[in-house]
Amino acid sequence: MNYDERLSNVSILGAAGKMGRGILLLTANEMAELSLRKENADKVFILNAIDISDKALNGLINYVRVQTRKIAEKKIVLLREIYKDDPTLINNGEIIDAYINRVLQVIRPTKRVEAAYDSNIIFEAVNENPELKVKLFKQIDNNSEKSPWFFTNTSSVPIFYLDKEAELKGRIIGFHFYNPPAIQKLVELIKSDFTLPEIVEFAEQYAKRLRKFVVSSNDFAGFIGNGHFMRDALYGIKEAERLSDELGFPQAILAVNKVTQDFMIRPMGIFQLIDYVGIDVCKYIMSVMNPYLENEDLHSDLLDELFEKKILGGQNSDGSQKDGFFKYEKGRISSVLNPKTGEYVNIADIEDEVNSKLGELPEGHIPWKKIIRIKKRDSVLRPYFTNLNKMDSLGARLAKAYLRNSEAIGKLLVEMNVAKSEKDVNDVMLTGFFHAYGPINDYIDLEEN
Amino acid sequence: MKEKIYLTAGYNTISLGTGRKEFNPKKERPGIEHYISEAGKAVLEQIGGADKVDEVVMSNFNASGYNNQANIPGFAPMIDEKLRFKSATRVEGACGSGGIAMVTSFKFLMSGMSDVIMALGFEVQNSMKAVYGADVLAQAGWAKDRKAGHAHFFPGQFSDRAGVYFEKYGREYARKGFARWYRNAIENARLCPTAQEYHNTTKDLEKAAMREPNPKVFVENLTVLDCSKVSDAASAIAVMTEEGLKRCGVDKKDAVEVVGFGHAEEDITKPPVDPVRLTTTEAAVKKALEMANLTMDDIGTIEAHDCFTVAGILAVETLGLAEPGKGAQFVYEGNTARDGKIPINTTGGLIGWGHPVGATGVHQAVTIWEQLTGKAGDAQIEIKPERPYGMTINMGGDDKSVVCVIYKRAE
Repeated sequence: MNYDERLSNVSILGAAGKMGRGILLLTANEMAELSLRKENADKVFILNAIDISDKALNGLINYVRVQTRKIAEKKIVLLREIYKDDPTLINNGEIIDAYINRVLQVIRPTKRVEAAYDSNIIFEAVNENPELKVKLFKQIDNNSEKSPWFFTNTSSVPIFYLDKEAELKGRIIGFHFYNPPAIQKLVELIKSDFTLPEIVEFAEQYAKRLRKFVVSSNDFAGFIGNGHFMRDALYGIKEAERLSDELGFPQAILAVNKVTQDFMIRPMGIFQLIDYVGIDVCKYIMSVMNPYLENEDLHSDLLDELFEKKILGGQNSDGSQKDGFFKYEKGRISSVLNPKTGEYVNIADIEDEVNSKLGELPEGHIPWKKIIRIKKRDSVLRPYFTNLNKMDSLGARLAKAYLRNSEAIGKLLVEMNVAKSEKDVNDVMLTGFFHAYGPINDYIDLEEN
Repeated sequence: MKEKIYLTAGYNTISLGTGRKEFNPKKERPGIEHYISEAGKAVLEQIGGADKVDEVVMSNFNASGYNNQANIPGFAPMIDEKLRFKSATRVEGACGSGGIAMVTSFKFLMSGMSDVIMALGFEVQNSMKAVYGADVLAQAGWAKDRKAGHAHFFPGQFSDRAGVYFEKYGREYARKGFARWYRNAIENARLCPTAQEYHNTTKDLEKAAMREPNPKVFVENLTVLDCSKVSDAASAIAVMTEEGLKRCGVDKKDAVEVVGFGHAEEDITKPPVDPVRLTTTEAAVKKALEMANLTMDDIGTIEAHDCFTVAGILAVETLGLAEPGKGAQFVYEGNTARDGKIPINTTGGLIGWGHPVGATGVHQAVTIWEQLTGKAGDAQIEIKPERPYGMTINMGGDDKSVVCVIYKRAE
């Protein structure tokens, strides 16, 4: 079976979810392009979008339509070439509409998992729940005559575990997109010791066609991305807890968030990132990873407490942010949680106090939004961090310690053989988390001063 | 000329689009009504009110496509209620619409029916994304050429011309000329507060312009810096007879006089006669020079139709300022810069000031009026007594509808 045939029938489990719909969008576009090739004129391309919610499936087609338009607008030069022999399509607008229709024609939304029994490839993007994944894989594999290949978007569950439990005999690979899949360049590719080489070969070709940047991670719970992020988040939570006696809890959360976002020039503060990913998701991922870790306890009581209180973060279906450590208005933090009381404090009431405690940003500070557009960033980052190094304000001290810890996590991942190299760790943080610099760097003196 | 014709009281709105700080594609922007009103009112104020005006000539390329709007003459009375029940005419010749508005005004005046005309050109293009705007703009070519054409139709046409030029005279050599053309355009635009590139802060402009074209996302031989801008703007100017000047109480030192003009049309269904020549432009310029009884040696400054850098270089050769194939060198050596032998596009031209399609020909007239009457502000160049004439060349489509006008300061 060649690449095109393999992709002629695909199912996505959890297709209406945050990750699933992005994978659906990219795969539908790839399949539509293949279907427009002359040699595939007789083939039918089918992409089952499987999810449990009618409501979510209902909004899915509109999401794909809107996003495909953006994709089509960008590749209009290619599309005119693809449609050059169709005399009825003349204007860019007509060609873009025809292409969007072709993409939508490929997709079949359904709640019935049985649709997957005919598929050659099953993309799994359901909840980060190992039992659920195994159950679905088993059900599909037992009812299918296609010996399908399973692509899991898990960000934490070891591939060998899923393979063994679902008895897939190597027909599974970790293909971990970053959120949102349509935009983030990074894919973490994780093969277990048993993954069939032809699956790896296909996965690499597919990633290349999607113009993704692939970093191979070893098959260890959490892989590189969450291996770093979860430890980094836990450190942030502990820092906030430590500071809460002195500053007050909401103030401490805001302070650590500001240090990670502003002092460290990251796209989001650590608590905003936890909200973005979801407090529940972070808690799940830690619990999946923790059993595999020696000499480490990757667990937060605070996350458990919030989970109990149903403070979960994550996003609404329209992309807006749900309440978590913060409440948001128009994408901006409007109030801060006091985890002790479960109440939110207006940010305006504590922001000045927190800012004055942290102190000024180091000289030469450039916001993340600006620095990310500079290609040769080292020349601005180095003097900035040199200034940070010399400072002794609370903000600077917290930032230095945070940077040191972030680097230590990166090195630990290499030491544990999760990542093959320090470069792979940096690549994942740069491309998957949009950091402006890798965690392993020489910007901050390693010695505490 | 059958009768002396004068231009005065010109006005340009800003050219809004990418590059201007005010421009935010996600926010709502002023519509055609805003631009027509602003430019129209500004001219009327300078000549003492709308009751001085006999009629209005309006140029617009494709409000039907960009703004769902036809019946353009109906917007004249919107500018000032004293224009109600007066005559208004809309003319169209793609990117040459503004030039056609100018010559139409001249002819209306020469008919003796009017003494004061307001010529007003406008276009509001940012109403849609560029990829769809390209479809609307492509209507300036022959519809039957559209299917085989590039996604970005006109960049595709002029990229083809550039490709032939590269083959004939050398790619690197030609691109250096293009890059210098771009630099001149931006440097001049920085001196003109209404220009779209007024806020441009790029340090090394020629280096930026030498970036390699990427045919996967754009065209083969040009980058976006070789192209004029997508613009929202209007320009207007009063065109009048001797009688009209008196009626409006305009001092002749504040006016320019038309000394010759030429309008040439070429068959839109035919490909260019020669990709490295602008034969219709050549015809229009020849007519204008003959009418004025002048040669290029008399011309002190030119507003040329640089919808693309390559069009600018070809115009230089068409005008005989440089031999065929030597245009790029002529430009590269700085001869067309504001302090050069023959300053071209002193407020940025289509690449630097902007290219609000139907307004461009009127904008060119306003710029020449400003330069010849000393009203160009920071962009003012010195007009030498031995070369006192200014020329505009406005081109519609791929060298299909071309108007050339020659002016001098009124005496």
